[in-house]
Amino acid sequence: MSGTKRKFPQRMKFSSGQVEMTHGGGGRAMAQLIEELFVRHFDNELLAAGNDQAVFTAPPGRVVISTDGHVVSPLFFPGGDIGSLSVHGTVNDVAMSGARPLYLSAGFILEEGFALSDLERIVISMAAASAKAGVPVVTGDTKVVERGKGDGVFITTTGVGVVPEGIEISGALARPGDAVLVNGFIGDHGTAILSKRENLEFESEIRSDSAALHGLIAHMLAAETDIHVLRDPTRGGLAATCNEIAWQSGVGMHLMEERIPIRPDVQAACELLGLDPLYVANEGKLIAICPGEKADALLAAMREHELGRDAGIIGHVRADENRFVTMETGFGGNRIVDWIAGEQLPRIC
Amino acid sequence: MKYVDDFRDKELARGLAAAIAAEAEPSHRYHFMEFCGGHTHAIFRYGVQELLPSNVRFIHGPGCPVCVLPVPRIDQALELAERHGVILCSYGDMMRVPAGGKRSLLSAKAAGADIRMVYSTQDALKIARDNPEREVVFFAIGFETTTPPSAVAIRQAKAEGLGNFSVFCNHVLTPAAIQHILQSPELRDMDSVTIDGFLGPSHVSAVIGSRPYEYFAQEFQKPVVITGFEPLDVMQAVLMLVRQINAGSAEVENQYARVVTPDGNRKAQELVAEIFELRRMFEWRGLGQVPYSAQKIRPEYQDFDAELRFALTDTGATDVKGCECPAILRGVKKPTDCKLFGTACTPDNPQGSCMVSSEGSCAAYWSYGRFRQEAVGA
Repeated sequence: MSGTKRKFPQRMKFSSGQVEMTHGGGGRAMAQLIEELFVRHFDNELLAAGNDQAVFTAPPGRVVISTDGHVVSPLFFPGGDIGSLSVHGTVNDVAMSGARPLYLSAGFILEEGFALSDLERIVISMAAASAKAGVPVVTGDTKVVERGKGDGVFITTTGVGVVPEGIEISGALARPGDAVLVNGFIGDHGTAILSKRENLEFESEIRSDSAALHGLIAHMLAAETDIHVLRDPTRGGLAATCNEIAWQSGVGMHLMEERIPIRPDVQAACELLGLDPLYVANEGKLIAICPGEKADALLAAMREHELGRDAGIIGHVRADENRFVTMETGFGGNRIVDWIAGEQLPRIC
Repeated sequence: MKYVDDFRDKELARGLAAAIAAEAEPSHRYHFMEFCGGHTHAIFRYGVQELLPSNVRFIHGPGCPVCVLPVPRIDQALELAERHGVILCSYGDMMRVPAGGKRSLLSAKAAGADIRMVYSTQDALKIARDNPEREVVFFAIGFETTTPPSAVAIRQAKAEGLGNFSVFCNHVLTPAAIQHILQSPELRDMDSVTIDGFLGPSHVSAVIGSRPYEYFAQEFQKPVVITGFEPLDVMQAVLMLVRQINAGSAEVENQYARVVTPDGNRKAQELVAEIFELRRMFEWRGLGQVPYSAQKIRPEYQDFDAELRFALTDTGATDVKGCECPAILRGVKKPTDCKLFGTACTPDNPQGSCMVSSEGSCAAYWSYGRFRQEAVGA
């Protein structure tokens, strides 16, 4: 009967409680939050061991590490939330090297007063995304900032993975004659976020494409190991990613507007709001660049996978000392596809 | 996209391009000014220029709302937010436009001024209702298209007795500016720029109609074709202008008949006339003082005039040294004629207003067209 034998005499009230300064204070309240929320839902031995770090043996190959901070607003949006996004974003950054992602770490910055029910919902979603991806969250950190000094919750995740022998993928490896592929419709994520923004809400069925892409990449690599570049076009959209690669590789790129897959409702929403879908963020898309003669085989492999059904070849790499990304417009003219200046929309991921 | 893609059809574009090439006489020059930034944007974004023969050229006009606002007016907006401590509500395009002293609304916001980006005047009214203890000023800019929503907001504020709301009015008029360009010494005497005809505004004309252009088409013997913002609209208008030039006529024609009527939107015009009256003189960036070219709030609604409610100073600030925005806005120079273009001045670090808005010709050149200059080694 005595409560003294239990570590935490009362259970946390996730339905009605809120984040308090003590949840980051290093005392019992923090320990309880970690145990009843994070350890419970992330549910793996390395985390449950209760150390300040996770210790594991890395498989053979080169180790990859990548980190990503998530500050999206609103926290919940059609097709996902900050929790699932924080898993997909980092898993994808690791996977774009051709690596198999192994583990994640997660740092939470919570704002005093944030509803525990929302936090629980986010952690459950994050746990589900991590379980589906097969990439567990094995270590983490929690801090609380005073009310008004944060925006509910910010999540930073770091991922580690291992690149198998024989895979050499880098943004610097695009070569003239290479083909440029994308795995599906662009602009879904940014437009979905936009549709829920205060002052801007519009009715639509557009959902974020937020997804972990390492399964698709493994499938692509199984069919064709000679992939030069993989990169996910997140902030700044397809345009920014193509420019990054052109710059890194010292080449130009030429796209065909008619071949870039864009959903009609995304196109329409962008038209209405004066946005260009080429600059709108994605969270479940990748650009793949491979030798031109291998493009058809790679495309076929992509289309076999559920995350690559709508894949297409959208352009090619060419020699250009100015490193311009150009595009033949659907109208028949040509133009530059430049980096975005400023930002179309803040805090989309 | 239904009803939109139809106006971006590649096959129809080829047909129009062939017709223009066949009808434009090789010995003749056809220089057309597209007044609106919306047209400039469409021309570059869809690559319209390269579908046309080399003797058919566009001269980019001053119709970019944020580009034509002189520096001291932006300084005054900053003064409202910083010295008077108001909540300043602005359309997004205005946020990055350079003001005096290398500042902008965006930099003032970062430094702590309460400047909020809004999508409509209704958002600004809501902010005023939600913050009754604060003064809220709407930074009203733009041509005849954005004037009616400002008028609605002022009328609504009066009806609601929204005493903490006011408007910093900078609305300007298209016909007055076109006339001013046609009367400029560069055109009349020096012959340094030739304009053979105009692509008339689309949205502006939806409000004011096609009649206001008749005077200067006749007076200056320049054809005007009012046209939509889609690339096929632009190409069809070019063909119509080529035909008028070849026939020696100078008429106002309406290619954009699906939206524009001779009389325009009467209801909007009446609303604007109820709330606003003409300023005797207004300064435009690039054009200087242009008579009867802007609106101010009528005395009946003066309680909502931010210029009367707050003491504002004229900083007299000018453009950054070397910036050719004024000449570019008059169509006298091209963006590439400016020494700052692409060096000190880029969309990420704009020195002049034309590099900021997507409707500005420098931004359009840089963002969509600069590969052409590089290709000829310029």
